[in-house]
Amino acid sequence: MDEFLLIMRHEDGSKIASPEQMQAWMKQTMDWISTIAAQNKFVGGTGLPMQDACVVKSNKMVTNGPFGDIKETIGGFIKVRAETMEEAVGFAMGCPVLQGEGNSVEVRKIAQDHGNS
Amino acid sequence: MKYQEWVPHLFRTEFARITAVLCNRFGIDQIEAAEDLASDTFVAALESWTYQGIPENPRAWLYAVAKNKAKNYIKRHHLFLQKIAPQLQGSDEWSDETDFDWSAENIMDSQLQMLFALCHPSIPVQSQVALSLRILCGFGIEEIANAFLTNKETINKRLLRAKEKLKSEKVSLKFPGVESINGRLGTVMITLYLLFNEGYSSESVDGVLREDLCHEAMRLTYLLIENDRCSRPVVHALYALMCFQASRFPARKNDLGEIILYDDQDHSLWDQSMIFKGMFHLHRSASGDDLSKYHLEASIAYWHTIKEDSFLKWSNILNLYDQLLNIDHSPVVALNRIYALYKLKGSQAALEEAEKLSMTKNHFYFVLLAELNHEAAPLIAKQYLLKAYNLAKTQTDKIQIEKKLSRLTNSIAVGAQHDH
Repeated sequence: MDEFLLIMRHEDGSKIASPEQMQAWMKQTMDWISTIAAQNKFVGGTGLPMQDACVVKSNKMVTNGPFGDIKETIGGFIKVRAETMEEAVGFAMGCPVLQGEGNSVEVRKIAQDHGNS
Repeated sequence: MKYQEWVPHLFRTEFARITAVLCNRFGIDQIEAAEDLASDTFVAALESWTYQGIPENPRAWLYAVAKNKAKNYIKRHHLFLQKIAPQLQGSDEWSDETDFDWSAENIMDSQLQMLFALCHPSIPVQSQVALSLRILCGFGIEEIANAFLTNKETINKRLLRAKEKLKSEKVSLKFPGVESINGRLGTVMITLYLLFNEGYSSESVDGVLREDLCHEAMRLTYLLIENDRCSRPVVHALYALMCFQASRFPARKNDLGEIILYDDQDHSLWDQSMIFKGMFHLHRSASGDDLSKYHLEASIAYWHTIKEDSFLKWSNILNLYDQLLNIDHSPVVALNRIYALYKLKGSQAALEEAEKLSMTKNHFYFVLLAELNHEAAPLIAKQYLLKAYNLAKTQTDKIQIEKKLSRLTNSIAVGAQHDH
C-alpha cells in the first residue's frame, strides 16, 4: 500500500468567510476525513495558516506571500493510504474544497524509501 | 481523531462574544480590530480542529487563542501604553487574571453594552440592524445582504459608515446613565423589533436564516430582560410579542418553503411552550402606566394564539387596534383594524370603513377589499385581486395573491355550475 498526499488549493485564499460558513466548511471537511479514516486509510493532515506566509525567490528575495503573483494558495493537505492512484483520486473527489470554483486538489504519491523496503 | 457533537452556530455565537469582550476592553474605536481578531481566531480553529479534531473544551480553546492574538495585537500597536496601562493602575504586567474576562457575566455585560452603543441615536436605524447582525450576532456580510435582499457592497458601505460614525461621535461603551437610559432603551427596542420583523417577514428565500434572525432578536431582547436596569414592563411586552409570533414558526411554511397564511395554518403545530412563555411575559408587562405599542401588539398577538373565532376574540382585537391607531397611524394597522371589524361586524360595516381609506397604491388594500367582497360579489373581488397582483412588488406576495385568485376562480366556476 502506498501513501499519497492530497493537497488542497484555493484559488482565492484571501476570501473571508463568515463564522457560519467556516463552521459548515469545517464540518464537511471533517466528515470527508472521517469516511477515509473509517477505512483506516487516513494517515494525518494539517492546515496551513495563510497568515505570516513568505515566499523566497531564486534571487533570495523574500516576499510576503503566498498572495500576489501566485494565484493559487495551499490551504492544507492530508496524507492517505491507498492501493492505487485511482483510489487516492477517489478520496480527493470527495473533498469539499472542490465546491469552490477554481479550487483543486492535487494528488501526489509519496516516494518510498526503496533501499529499506 | 475525536468527534464531538457539533454545537449549532458555535462559531457565530462565539464570534459575537469574542468581538464584544475584546472591543469592550479596547474601546469602540478598535471595533474593526476586535472583529478581525475574532475572525482570525476562527481561521486558527479551522486550520487546527479540522485535522486534529475538536478540543475537549472548544470555548476555552477559542478564548485562549483570542487572548493571545489580542495580546500580540496590543504589542504591535502600542495599545498597551496608550490605553490599557492607565487602567491597570500601577501594575505594568499582564497576568492571566487581569487581562480578558471570559466569564458568562462579563460576556453578557459586554454584549449588552455593545447593544446600546450600536443602537446610538446618531446611527440610522437600518444601519443599527445591520451592525447588530454583524457584531452581536456574528453574521457575515453575505448573510446580512441575503436577509435584506441587497448586495454585499451596500451592506459593506452601510457598516463602514456606521462604524465611522461610532468613532467620530465617540460613542461610549459605558452603560448609559439613569437620565438617558429611557431614551436609549427606546432606540434599542426599535432596532430589536425591526430585527425580528426582518426575520419574520423577510423575502429572503433562505428560511433557516429568517428564523435565525428572529431567534437572535429574541436572544438580545432577553439580554435586556436579564439586566436589572433594563428589565422594564415595556421590554417584557416586546418579548411577549416575539414569543407569540415565533410560536407559529412550525406552522408557517409548507414543504416547499412557501408561507402558509394564518387562516390556513394547522394550529396543532403552534408551539404551545412559546405561547406560555409569551403569556408569562405579557403578564409581567402589565405594570406601571406606560401603554406602549409593544403592549398593544403583544396583546393582539396573544388573541391570535386562539384559533377559534369568537365575539370575545375579535372585539378585543378591534379594541386593541383602535388604541394602536392612536399611537401608530400606519397603513398596515389601519388595514388590520378593518379586518378585525369585518370579523366582528361583517363585510358591510367593514366595506364602509375601507372605502374611506382609499389606499389605491397599496396591494394589501385591494386584497382586503377582495376578501370583503368575495361572498357577495365574487366577480368584483376578482377585479380587486388582479389589481393587487399588479401592485404587489415581491414574489411571496404575488404567489399568495395568485393562490387567492385561483381559489376564487374555482368557486365562481362551481357557482356557475349550480346555476345551470
